[in-house]
Amino acid sequence: MQINDMQAGKAGRAASARPAARPIIAIRDLRKMYGSFCALSGINLDVAEGEVVVLLGPSGSGKSTLIRCINLLETYDSGTVTVDDVAVRPGPNLAAVRSEVGMVFQSFNLFPHMTVLRNVALAPIRVRKLAPKAAEERAMELLTRVGIAEQAGKFPGQLSGGQQQRVAIARALAMEPKILLFDEPTSALDPEMVGEVLDVMQSLARTGVTMVVVTHEMGFARRVADRVIFMERGQIVEEAKPEAFFSAPKEERARAFLQAVLNH
Amino acid sequence: MDLIDTFFNGRVLWDSLPLLLMGLGTTLSLGILSIVLGLVGGLVLALLRLYGPPALSGLWVLYIDLFRAIPILVLLVIVYYALPFVGIRLSPFASATTALSLVSAAYSAEILRAGIQAIPRGQFEASQALGLSYWSMMGDIVLPQAVRIVIPPMTSNCINVMKDTALASVVAMPDLLKQATQAQALAANPTPLIGAAALYVLLLLPMVRAVGTLEKHFAKERR
Ligand SMILES: Nc1ncnc2c1ncn2[C@@H]1O[C@H](COP(=O)(O)OP(=O)(O)O)[C@@H](O)[C@H]1O
Ligand SMILES: [Mg+2]
Repeated sequence: MQINDMQAGKAGRAASARPAARPIIAIRDLRKMYGSFCALSGINLDVAEGEVVVLLGPSGSGKSTLIRCINLLETYDSGTVTVDDVAVRPGPNLAAVRSEVGMVFQSFNLFPHMTVLRNVALAPIRVRKLAPKAAEERAMELLTRVGIAEQAGKFPGQLSGGQQQRVAIARALAMEPKILLFDEPTSALDPEMVGEVLDVMQSLARTGVTMVVVTHEMGFARRVADRVIFMERGQIVEEAKPEAFFSAPKEERARAFLQAVLNH
Repeated sequence: MDLIDTFFNGRVLWDSLPLLLMGLGTTLSLGILSIVLGLVGGLVLALLRLYGPPALSGLWVLYIDLFRAIPILVLLVIVYYALPFVGIRLSPFASATTALSLVSAAYSAEILRAGIQAIPRGQFEASQALGLSYWSMMGDIVLPQAVRIVIPPMTSNCINVMKDTALASVVAMPDLLKQATQAQALAANPTPLIGAAALYVLLLLPMVRAVGTLEKHFAKERR
């Protein structure tokens, strides 16, 4: 692939914490209520092409809600979300926009009645109209890339959590999305399987795909993120490059959060 | 010996067998047609109820409840004897098919709705996140999983439809029961009725057994 270009791009971006290029995700004044409870209160966020953004924050701060608004799995009350210059709205274009935005869930959400191979090949066949044979070849490549080619004929229920999550990543990649969203991808895993999933994610980050990652894995955030965003009570409280954020968070609330997470 | 001659008379049974088998054929075609129509109607109703315009959902609920509440015999009599007064004249077979399908659709809709709702939200979300169309989401992901859940209750419903075909004999449809009563009158001997009962049991016993086996099988699979 164009790994070299991508790394060059990454190096260029590293000069400033703020993305300079045209944002591939643009979120403006996003508000979301659950009844009278304000889950998101006016979020503004740009994510540049190829950028890796990690969302941190205490449980209930709105991280999942925000990330799910990007592909409209969650509806919102006001504001706009634009992906690659296309507004994300209900309607006939929604599926097309969603097919450009891969998502990896905490609970994997693999299709239990299909083989691993079929899980990965289905969407390219149905949405991209790929020939089944070509889609399965490509699925096999992706399974090889995430290190589980030998499980292709099994059903998801026969795999470990870490393997399932890697299949889920391959399934998302099969659509060749411009953006990958991860919502706590390792939170449901036994500790010994966290590493294998984070490794796959880290190698993905190097390919230049845009990533928005909700995680509590501080090591991953520090190593991989281009930018860390700290949320609390439905608001973005602090944004910084990881080095700056982890060594000297500006906000008191971020400091308290880091202390709690790192000392647990 | 008298008892055997009365209820299990071999000669009478042999003579009435052609009539009974004709009746069985009618019963089977009525049952199978009603099951298929009921399934299709039930699927449409379930999808309308779950994903149709919310303004109309009360209508589907009303249909489903109404046709589960009404006794099939009453519905059948209305279709056959009352509808002609408004100019709708259906043959006994068509009347019975209509009544059985309307009721079976209501039950099927409930079973399918429960099956679809048993599919975790994450399956829908994963499908949507991939950009699958609504029809692909339902056809590739949701319904195949729902089918596993609904096969045992659906089989029970099919058994009920098959059994209820016997009601059609009251509108003079030559089904298995009707033929048996006719043969009984002809021979002045109740053996054909016993023969009909045996045929019903032979037809339905495997289905009854299958429900139990399937339930056990799917329970194991879901572990
Ligand atoms: N379906 C819902 N109904 C009511 N409140 C909800 C719902 N989903 C989330 N919330 C609330 O919205 C807030 C943000 O949730 P979420 O985005 O899941 O937080 P996070 O992912 O940061 O833990 C939480 O306080 C949560 O209780
Ligand atoms: Mg969350």
